Amino acid sequence: MSTADAVAGVLWVGVTLYAVFGGADFGAGFWSLFAGGGERGTRVRALIDWAIGPVWESNHVWLIFVLVVLWTAFSAAFAAIFSTLFIPLSLAALGIVLRGAGFAFHKLAPSDRERRVSQALFGVSSLLTPFFMGTVVGAIASGRVPLGNAEGDPVTSWLNGVSLLIGALFVATSVYLAAVFLVSDSRRTGDVELERYFTARALGAAVAAGVLAVAGIFVFRADARYIYDGLVGEALPLVIVSAVCGLGVLALLRRGAHRGARVLAVGAVAAVIWAWGAAQYPYLLPEKLTISAGAADHDTLIEILIVFGVAVLLVLPALGLLYVLSQRSMLEEEGG
Amino acid sequence: MTTLGASGELLPARSQMAFTLGFHIILACLGVGFPAMMLIANYIGLRRKDPVALELAQRWSKVAAVTFAVGAVTGTVLSFEFGLLWPEFTGRFGEVFGVLFTIEGIFFFLEAIFLTIYIFGWKRLGGWKHFWTGVPVAICGIGGAFSVVAVNAWMNQPQGFTLGADGAVTDVDPLEVIFNPAVPYEVPHMILAAYLVTCFLVASVYAVGMLRGRRDRHHRLGLLIPLTVGCILAPIQFMVGDTAAREIAKDQPIKFAAMECVQHTHSDVTEYIGGRCTEDGIKGGIGIPGLDSWLVGFSTDTEVTGLDTVPAKDRPPANTLLHLAFDAMVGIGTALIGLGLWFGIAWWRRRDIPQTKWFLRAVAVSGVGTILALESGWIVTEVGRQPWIVYEVMRTEEAVTGASGIWVTFGIAVVLYAALGTAAILILRSMARRWREGEIPDDEVPYGPSAGAPAATAPITGGSE
Repeated sequence: MSTADAVAGVLWVGVTLYAVFGGADFGAGFWSLFAGGGERGTRVRALIDWAIGPVWESNHVWLIFVLVVLWTAFSAAFAAIFSTLFIPLSLAALGIVLRGAGFAFHKLAPSDRERRVSQALFGVSSLLTPFFMGTVVGAIASGRVPLGNAEGDPVTSWLNGVSLLIGALFVATSVYLAAVFLVSDSRRTGDVELERYFTARALGAAVAAGVLAVAGIFVFRADARYIYDGLVGEALPLVIVSAVCGLGVLALLRRGAHRGARVLAVGAVAAVIWAWGAAQYPYLLPEKLTISAGAADHDTLIEILIVFGVAVLLVLPALGLLYVLSQRSMLEEEGG
Repeated sequence: MTTLGASGELLPARSQMAFTLGFHIILACLGVGFPAMMLIANYIGLRRKDPVALELAQRWSKVAAVTFAVGAVTGTVLSFEFGLLWPEFTGRFGEVFGVLFTIEGIFFFLEAIFLTIYIFGWKRLGGWKHFWTGVPVAICGIGGAFSVVAVNAWMNQPQGFTLGADGAVTDVDPLEVIFNPAVPYEVPHMILAAYLVTCFLVASVYAVGMLRGRRDRHHRLGLLIPLTVGCILAPIQFMVGDTAAREIAKDQPIKFAAMECVQHTHSDVTEYIGGRCTEDGIKGGIGIPGLDSWLVGFSTDTEVTGLDTVPAKDRPPANTLLHLAFDAMVGIGTALIGLGLWFGIAWWRRRDIPQTKWFLRAVAVSGVGTILALESGWIVTEVGRQPWIVYEVMRTEEAVTGASGIWVTFGIAVVLYAALGTAAILILRSMARRWREGEIPDDEVPYGPSAGAPAATAPITGGSE
């Protein structure tokens, strides 16, 4: 394995963490949006606030991590992606602003009306942001991002079957992860009714994500042949792991044994991300730019690996502390 | 023809970058400075068992939470803009300056984690243990500021790489990039600016409250803590800024010439305050003969490089704006030192904050003043570097995206940020009002008992609405 491959691995760790933690966070916004009114809707939203309040900020730092590693280690790929996919990435950035503002403000909003507006912004942007990010991934995976400054088609590069399908899959996966996490969070607060509420929704979301994933295989076969060949080739074991994990979550949820469900749900998502990476290897931009050709100067790559090592030593314990304190309810929400 | 197409997007791209960065920088300053304010209040509160100081610390931590959340969002937008607006810049030099952003990422991550623990830990962590969870926030704020400003310093003084004949970057030396020649003056200048903005902005809020007749201990302490720190730092900032100007005259002589509107290289250069920059020098300002030369080299014989040493296409635009921005920054910095003297002398004589309306009015405007100085300084360094994005290596027009439609995204950004800024201010004001009116639930007393999980407080049956 070359240094460039190692850095690509670091990048992929970031992508995986963002997909899992950021994804669960987006999904929570979806459930908040569709929680409905009345007493139960209020309780659902209170649970969501309580569950993601202490961790939502750090969940989204993974996106910054991915962007920074991408532009430092693979500058040319970063430039190609961001210039060709100007529209969906601008829309994703818009979603991030609305989402952050909606979440930061809704608890502190002076009146009920303003609170509802903030919540709606948070919910809608939680839906749109992962969708547009999915279209970006679809554009990359289907080889629609050529090298250079805005050399690809500004519209069809991300408005196509593969992109739309991956956009939908991103949303479904987020929603599914969030529901599985919220089952555990309901249990932590001792709310049996919400536990049932989210179990039913987790099952529904799992089926939806599964159906989209299967549909994805056919769409890839038609329009993203390189990735398809990888997925049924060297990446097949990971695809199988993901499917097994997904089925395991279904079985555990139906039996009401939630202990392993979270781990398996994370496993299913992580396996898909790594399957995508393995299918695309050795390319950054399929059939356009390889990892080794697109990699930065050797000293830069080494520096990234050193910083990553430091990050593992410093950030992971701190993050662990945050999650432990949060799970032990040492960190409590406060109103305005 | 691609260059023509690209240059059409240069103006909206620069406008969007200037606007979104100019907005973010205020929040970034609060992100760097606010944790220190809240920790000082927390320290005083614990040390002297002072409930008012603890209450201030807790409220400030909640304000910091809001500004940090908005700052995280506007910061994310900037990282998108590295690709959305300047793909050629990031595509070519990302592997050079990106090194600093990877380091910044660690600081930002730790800052986010510990700020969250601090904000959410008031009830259950308690006392000094809780205080110490806030200390990494202040340290990481400074570390993060170092990393980001060092990137800007590198754009002003690029080094630590070799450009091949094909324009490709080779031989990156991360240490040379990180410790480039502009770092020693630009980084401290910006970190001090962040603290000054926080100090005077917070102090101004309490000064306004005192002018409205709220002279309780809460307001006095709320004014005293940031104002003391700010007044100590203001003269230090003046010296750092003075050094920076001299270094810029040496390292980036064209930027300096544009700031001072020096058209031809000569000695005994007049320093002008105000006025407008023309091809024949400053018109309408107050001139002090020889002072500019003296400021650059402590002698009126010092030669100052003129704009005519480079072709017109290599000179920065908007020289009047640059000159006035520089004057505004220096003028406000001087006024802040004056305010510090006023405060210091009054304190020395009476051991109290001057209670006159004029003093409180001066503090009340100092917050907006520091923001003006901050933006002016940023205009000087950014507009003054034009037409280069990487000084004497890459032109801004070469860096811009080939995508179109940036006027649209710029328009959306303006509307969105205006709404964001308005919402943030309205919410902070409503928080202040609710605190003032005593609408604080018992569970919000610092280090009080926990309110517990939502299901534990919400009634199991019956609506909570």
